[in-house]
Amino acid sequence: MDFILLSILKTAIAAPVLLGTLAYLVWIERKVLAHVQLRMGPSRVGPHGLLQPIADAIKLLTKEDFIPSYVNHVYYWLAPWLALMFAVTAISVIPIGPIVEIFGVKTNMGQADISIGLLLILGLTGMGVYGIALAGWSSNNKYSLLGGLRSSAQMISYELPMALAIASPLLIVNTLNLREIVNGQAGYVFGIIPNWNAVGGLQMFSFLIYLICAFAETNRIPFDLPEAENELVSGYNTEYSSMKFAAFFMAEYANIITACSVATTLFLGGWHPIIPNELGGQFIPTLICFFFAGVLFYHALNPARPSDRLSMGVIGAIILGLGLMFQVPVVKDLAQPLFWFASKAGFLIFVFIWVRGTVPRFRYDQLMRFAWLVLFPAALLNLLLTAFVVAAKSN
Amino acid sequence: MTLEAFFFYAFTTLALGGATLAITRRSAVHAAISLMVSLLGVAGLYLLLNAEFLFVSQIILYIGGILLLFLFVIMLVNLDAGRGLRQFHQRWPLGAAVTAIAGVAFAILWSRAKLPPSQTMPDVGNVELVADTLLQDYLVPFEVVSLLLLVAVVGSVLLARKRA
Amino acid sequence: MNPAAFYPTATDYLRFLPELILTIGGVLLLVLEALTGDNKDKSSLGYLAIAVVLGAMFAVPVALANPGTSFNGMIVSDGFAAFFRMVTLLVGLFTLLCSTSYLSREKANTGEFYLLVLFSLAGQGIMAASNELIMVFLGLEIASISSYVLAGFLRDDKRGSEAALKYFLLGSFATAFLLYGISWIYGVTGATNLVAIRESLAAGTSGNSMAVAAAALMLIGLAFKVSAAPFQAWAPDVYQGAPAPVSGFLSAGPKAAAFAIFLRIFQTSFESFSSRYEPVLWILALATMLVGNFSALWQSNVKRMLAYSSIAHAGYVLVAVTTNSNVGTAAAMFYLAAYALMNFGAFAAVTHLAGRGESHVTIDDLKGLASKQPVVAGLLTVCLLSLTGVPLTAGFFGKFYIFKAAIDNHLYWLSALGLLNSAIAAYYYLRILAAMYMHEPKTTDHPEPVPGGIQLTMWFSAAGILTLGVFPGLVLDYANRFATFVK
Repeated sequence: MDFILLSILKTAIAAPVLLGTLAYLVWIERKVLAHVQLRMGPSRVGPHGLLQPIADAIKLLTKEDFIPSYVNHVYYWLAPWLALMFAVTAISVIPIGPIVEIFGVKTNMGQADISIGLLLILGLTGMGVYGIALAGWSSNNKYSLLGGLRSSAQMISYELPMALAIASPLLIVNTLNLREIVNGQAGYVFGIIPNWNAVGGLQMFSFLIYLICAFAETNRIPFDLPEAENELVSGYNTEYSSMKFAAFFMAEYANIITACSVATTLFLGGWHPIIPNELGGQFIPTLICFFFAGVLFYHALNPARPSDRLSMGVIGAIILGLGLMFQVPVVKDLAQPLFWFASKAGFLIFVFIWVRGTVPRFRYDQLMRFAWLVLFPAALLNLLLTAFVVAAKSN
Repeated sequence: MTLEAFFFYAFTTLALGGATLAITRRSAVHAAISLMVSLLGVAGLYLLLNAEFLFVSQIILYIGGILLLFLFVIMLVNLDAGRGLRQFHQRWPLGAAVTAIAGVAFAILWSRAKLPPSQTMPDVGNVELVADTLLQDYLVPFEVVSLLLLVAVVGSVLLARKRA
Repeated sequence: MNPAAFYPTATDYLRFLPELILTIGGVLLLVLEALTGDNKDKSSLGYLAIAVVLGAMFAVPVALANPGTSFNGMIVSDGFAAFFRMVTLLVGLFTLLCSTSYLSREKANTGEFYLLVLFSLAGQGIMAASNELIMVFLGLEIASISSYVLAGFLRDDKRGSEAALKYFLLGSFATAFLLYGISWIYGVTGATNLVAIRESLAAGTSGNSMAVAAAALMLIGLAFKVSAAPFQAWAPDVYQGAPAPVSGFLSAGPKAAAFAIFLRIFQTSFESFSSRYEPVLWILALATMLVGNFSALWQSNVKRMLAYSSIAHAGYVLVAVTTNSNVGTAAAMFYLAAYALMNFGAFAAVTHLAGRGESHVTIDDLKGLASKQPVVAGLLTVCLLSLTGVPLTAGFFGKFYIFKAAIDNHLYWLSALGLLNSAIAAYYYLRILAAMYMHEPKTTDHPEPVPGGIQLTMWFSAAGILTLGVFPGLVLDYANRFATFVK
């Protein structure tokens, strides 16, 4: 099939899924946070507040787009869309599965398969800061400016340990192509321990460093100083409202998805299952689905609210069907990698939210000192050790 | 016009236009952003030459690193305060004249020059090629650069640190 | 490609030994500086730096004993490189000897000064030995950046900071020209190796206009670095504002290294169109001599006067370069070695006489020096006489060989004008001598004792000047032998 047509087709599938995920991430985050804090979270709009993202979208679309008179118009307009554009584009190079053959067409599961995919992601996320920095500057407001300043300083500082942390697994897999990076992590040590970089590859320290830096790069708690609300009102996006504000919001979540997907690809073996397929790895998705379906059916039989009898039952049935789908021969090749990738990335996203619920914010000087005096030397040391080990092995 | 020619002219326009704006804009932030556009154009030209590694390095290092640092410093010290100031000496006619003469001279030289045929990078294995060149043929310059950076770091820290 | 295709051999390292010693020593000093407390006496670090430089000096013959290129043709260890390595190291040694007491006097005795000197020397060594435009650029930048910082080392001194800033801005500007020229050359020839460029230019039929333009751009960059007119404007302000030992260092060391790459690039790579740049060099040499000497006439500040005199001396060396011959190259090499001795001797004296905060640097301050400090006055006299070019000094033979080479190569007008210039130059050197010997001291306060390092430097340079003034062959033989390497 024509390359361009295929790309358009893939984008047509991926884009709505991505945007939907972005919207529902907000719901998930609010729910998880609420449960961390022993609250209910959104529960008014739809069952369990499931329609909340749609309501939010309508609210943001119809809200007055207020532009203060003192802003620098060009950059004020440009900034949120720059941030969103780079955040969303970066996702396109991430492979979520191996090369598959559907209806006779061979294609990789991912938008683009390029030889320097990993570096491109770094470049694109690096450019995304311009959105935040420019938003802070063009708002002409001291809080916004401070937010923009902080984000650029933070980004530059944390990019260094991040790059070093990424470099060590690269020494092992010896490629910059994300699909080949995942392929390099196939197999199992002693036939059982997955050969992922963070596990069998012994790169858990760089995984940890990467994850910490990813928090800083995505401006998440405990490193959310660019928008620290009790110091800077709302930081760089103080003067933004309506869809421009939403764009920043979406960019942040898109960045989280990118960061978690990269971590999955680079450290957690991408779409490879946690146990070898020969030892039953291929049944794990089904079993997990069955387990959740069972839990839901239990709640349907013992409803806490009258509506649960129906909603829990329906959702349980859907998940049961999903679980069966993982064993259907043709769909299996597509669904299984997708499951593993999504569950790993999803777990990491959960960690992001979990941390937000439990860790307080750093002070600005602590943030900088931590990057330069702790993370940077640690990452450097890790890289050095990895290099020695790789060199010793290759000889 | 082929697609490649179109992209070539587009990237060249970005590079030259951005560079021109970078030196003519009065506001430091505008100048920095224009410089970013210019660097993007150059990165695009690298891509057209199949030098994808250079393309990404240009973006990560220059746009995502150095220029962001520029922007940080500009915002930090509020250089836009100097926006209203006028330059007190008006030597731009002289500068323009010199530039024009140099431009004409270069054009004449260019028209007479015998240049070697242009080379394009092999399509694949770009990163490996860069690595091999850098760590084998140019190993010593690569190491000496670190000495240069060390000197620069020591020097700037020395001049900028607080008095004991 | 096989990852093991390139492993440096032991010989590769031996050919690069002086720079390796300097770099390792510098890094060692950096660590030691951090380990010693803030309020400790840092003079010991200075002595360590001196030991490092001496080690590097011993390494120069080792490198020379293993001639050839190393690390894939990046570095060439030949006699020419060894000669300039030795000259720059000598200047560095003098600088370190003079600066320990100077820094203590100015209460700025920190280890960074010494390690910057070492790094700058490493950069100059790389320049002298580079066989590759990339190495030329890197060496030049290392040497220059260290120099910028050294010039502004006394941060509380306004003139020093101004000097550093000017030096930095103009120096970077000059480097940009050089780099632009290098990129053009690479575009035209596809090579950065000096020999490969020569071969590529020779293979193409004569007169590749782009290569000529590239050579012109590089000429501008290098002319800045050797402070040739009309690119000399930075030199007086920098030499006046920088700390006195640093001024001596800058006027002799980096300049010699810059001349080394000047000679190497223009005589090795751009040989094929030497006839085109010869007239340019002719004008450059004459302008440099004239500007330097005439400006020096009106100066009352000794440091500034020596700065202009150093411009003038660069002009003399350019005369030798213009000849584009082995004899000329040898004359330039001899002159740069002699100049390092006599100029640094003079700056060493200024370092001592300037006093705390460099408050006594005018010619008036030197009045009656002969009766107050006869030894210092005597040694300074030797240096000044040599700078003038009086017989029995190194400076005389330096000028003699240069103008002889110029006449041999039929540059009659240039030699005549050059000789006229040295006559003019005599006036301002004699002004200092007159002030020292024919005036009463202004004040009667007791002179401070001369610190050992400065004393050693002055004695050594005076002895060197007189020895070379009687037996010039000691250095000239080497220069004659080694000059052939660049052709």
